[in-house]
Amino acid sequence: MTGPVTIRVQEDDFDIAREIAGLTRDRTDIGAVVTFSGICRSDEDSAKVAALTLEHYPGMAEEEIRRHVDEAISRWPLDGVTVIHRVGRFMPGQNIVLVLTASQHRKAAFEAAEFLMDYLKTSAPFWKKEESATGTGWVEAHARDDEAAARWTRS
Amino acid sequence: MKVKYFAWVRERIGITEETVEPPAGVRTVDDLIGWLSTRGETYAYAFEKPKVIRAAIDHTHVKPDAAIAGAREIAFFPPMTGG
Repeated sequence: MTGPVTIRVQEDDFDIAREIAGLTRDRTDIGAVVTFSGICRSDEDSAKVAALTLEHYPGMAEEEIRRHVDEAISRWPLDGVTVIHRVGRFMPGQNIVLVLTASQHRKAAFEAAEFLMDYLKTSAPFWKKEESATGTGWVEAHARDDEAAARWTRS
Repeated sequence: MKVKYFAWVRERIGITEETVEPPAGVRTVDDLIGWLSTRGETYAYAFEKPKVIRAAIDHTHVKPDAAIAGAREIAFFPPMTGG
């Protein structure tokens, strides 16, 4: 792959336009950048969410993301990858995660972004705690997320 | 070895990390969960459903039958919910 790889875990918000520019600046060979941004939403299983707190395992979180970025790079012809995961307390509407994948053509960029998000959900050591009118509790993992990640497994 | 806890495992035990020296018979991640569970009510509560608990040795996910020999840092946590 010829292009930058950026992996950050941070409390601060990210600027999507600036991150895209970081991948495409001085490049004329990139034909596609896929952006996935994950946002704190207010409705979770019919309960109104007031806030979410994201906890992570410092060190392992970055390493685990890196392992999946490396796999994505080995599977698709990518020209740059950016993964930013925020930690801290978030209100509905605020950014939580950003995945950018750059490639000459859209198919690789779409697939790699989806692959990275599926693994971020099930394998990167982050945990969400939810505050709502009925109390505070840890979000439970969904089987649908495991199934989404499993479909990328190569036999 | 250093042991770290995250999310509700951390909350139930009440500490983020500690250094432990398990006895010689404790060879696998599963053994370590069993041994930690005997250390008090908070541990027993955190590990009451051992099949739910995920583990990592030196920042890499491992299965319950993984050997702990030579591990510097072992972490226990619930299934991940990031992204």
